Amino acid sequence: MAPVQVTGTVLTIRQVDAYHAMTVVAPGIAERFKAGHFTAVAVGGAETSMLLRRCLSIHDVKPDYGGTVELVFSVQGRGTAWLADRRVRDSLDLVGPLGRPFPLPRDPVHCLLVGSGYGSAPLFPLADALQARGCRVDFILGAPSADRVFGALRARRMGETTTLTTDDGSLGMRGSVTDMLPHVIADSQADVVYACAPMAVLRSVAAVAARHGIPAMVSVEEAMACGIGVCMSCVLPVVGDDGITRLVRSCVDGPVFRGERVRFDDVGTIPFDALGAPGGRLAEAGP
Amino acid sequence: MSPDMRARLAHVELANPVLTASGCAAFGRELSQFFDVSRLGAVVTKSVTLAPRAGRPTPRVAETPSGMLNSVGLQGPGVEAFLRRDLPWLTAHGVPVVVSIAGSSVAEYAELARRVSAESGVAAVEVNLSCPNVEDRGRRFASDAGAASDVVSAVRTHCRFDVPVFAKLSADVTDVVPIAKACVDAGAEGLSMINTILGMAVDVDTMRPSLAGGTGGLSGPAVRPVAVRCIWQVYAALPGVPIIGMGGVATGRDALELILAGACVVSVGTAIFHDPYACIRILRELEELLEQRGVERLSDAIGLAHRALPRHRTEENHL
Repeated sequence: MAPVQVTGTVLTIRQVDAYHAMTVVAPGIAERFKAGHFTAVAVGGAETSMLLRRCLSIHDVKPDYGGTVELVFSVQGRGTAWLADRRVRDSLDLVGPLGRPFPLPRDPVHCLLVGSGYGSAPLFPLADALQARGCRVDFILGAPSADRVFGALRARRMGETTTLTTDDGSLGMRGSVTDMLPHVIADSQADVVYACAPMAVLRSVAAVAARHGIPAMVSVEEAMACGIGVCMSCVLPVVGDDGITRLVRSCVDGPVFRGERVRFDDVGTIPFDALGAPGGRLAEAGP
Repeated sequence: MSPDMRARLAHVELANPVLTASGCAAFGRELSQFFDVSRLGAVVTKSVTLAPRAGRPTPRVAETPSGMLNSVGLQGPGVEAFLRRDLPWLTAHGVPVVVSIAGSSVAEYAELARRVSAESGVAAVEVNLSCPNVEDRGRRFASDAGAASDVVSAVRTHCRFDVPVFAKLSADVTDVVPIAKACVDAGAEGLSMINTILGMAVDVDTMRPSLAGGTGGLSGPAVRPVAVRCIWQVYAALPGVPIIGMGGVATGRDALELILAGACVVSVGTAIFHDPYACIRILRELEELLEQRGVERLSDAIGLAHRALPRHRTEENHL
């Protein structure tokens, strides 16, 4: 369903450890939402000098008040700081839901959900959808420190098993989520891995899943300007069905991709064999 | 009575004067999720190149005060895919199409002009002489009157006779007027201005350039006064030449400012990134502003700021 622009009202805003969680009444977006979608939030108010929306993943939607969406974010600059300063009943301009959601398996398979930092946020509506289909759900959540692991409690409640990791050992196992990945894949007999995390983690997740011969669905976080597919700024090299690498937009062609299709080593570059690369491939395959 | 909003690109009539700016609405499809694109005066396409182009590395955008820098570098599918996939979609949706073309040599521009103008549904061709993000900066045609003139005359020769040619100029020159004149003398029916202005930002946290490409094009309200100045100067020097005005238009008032300075239509660019409905909103606001000012026809407002104030108004000021 097509995205909409809505002026939502802030229902709640609270700090969750190192992050902020905000619930906004946004009916049009809530009713169209599928796990993996994100939303583009205007920041700074009407007369702002900040032109670009901030693209945030949707953590949860609820039917209350005609439909609410919950956003989880960390303060990284002026825009997100402004967002964290919103109070109950403030209005917020949202465009969404945007992007392609996580694809769901047809059969009740075993699913391993991997999240790093606030990348865990979109995994919970995914877990709901998977469990509704009879899938087994296991979690690995990690972060640099305990206050940056998002949703550990909820994961423990929902998951068949939940493995927590921190770089400093302040919660769960010391290390990164990818250190634990091979064991958990084996223990949970995972058929598919879903991951939302920084690019470096996704790269390892995709590599480990490939070694185990199972698909990985990765949700990437690239800097976006428009979120709706017109600006061409959030591109990354992805191999298509025809074997040709293209610079595709993570906002409309993603943010969820098949892990083995993303050329993680080449993110941030223009691979020489990509379609349209300087001195490289100049034509589409086909007749 | 609501004002007559019909606008003209040379001899081509448009239903209204609000267009998308090249590179800010891709090929129209994405915006059609939000509104019917036939409500636009025209869609100006992302610049079409002869071969597919992958563009420049990421990060490609950086936000700056009231503006943004981009270094997308003309990523696009190439003219063949454009003519096969995107142009038919646009014409089927009933919106006039202004095709922006970009080449790295005079021959490439000529070839693009020939292929694009041969298709039906092309209202005009905009010659992008001024993209700041191509690797080969030496060939920024809009920086040099001679080079710009060579490209425009080749495009005019190869374009179908009834498709008007608009040359898109850069504000990054000492004097925009001689280049505008050279383009018109070479056969351009009109001018588009301004393209993004070359800029740069350094991230003080990473202590490196914010964009992978180093420099990028600055757009958004930050550049609007520069756009107004260029349009003003060129309209004053070449009053009969139609100008597609663009540069930081985010509201109806901004659009009117460019029109009063001499633009006959306006393109909306960066504002679309913030508000997918920007074009539709700006058109409505512009219509209201004209009505409030008692302007019956949009065409009456073009270049109005150049005219001296009526005598009684100036006398009032002396009282």
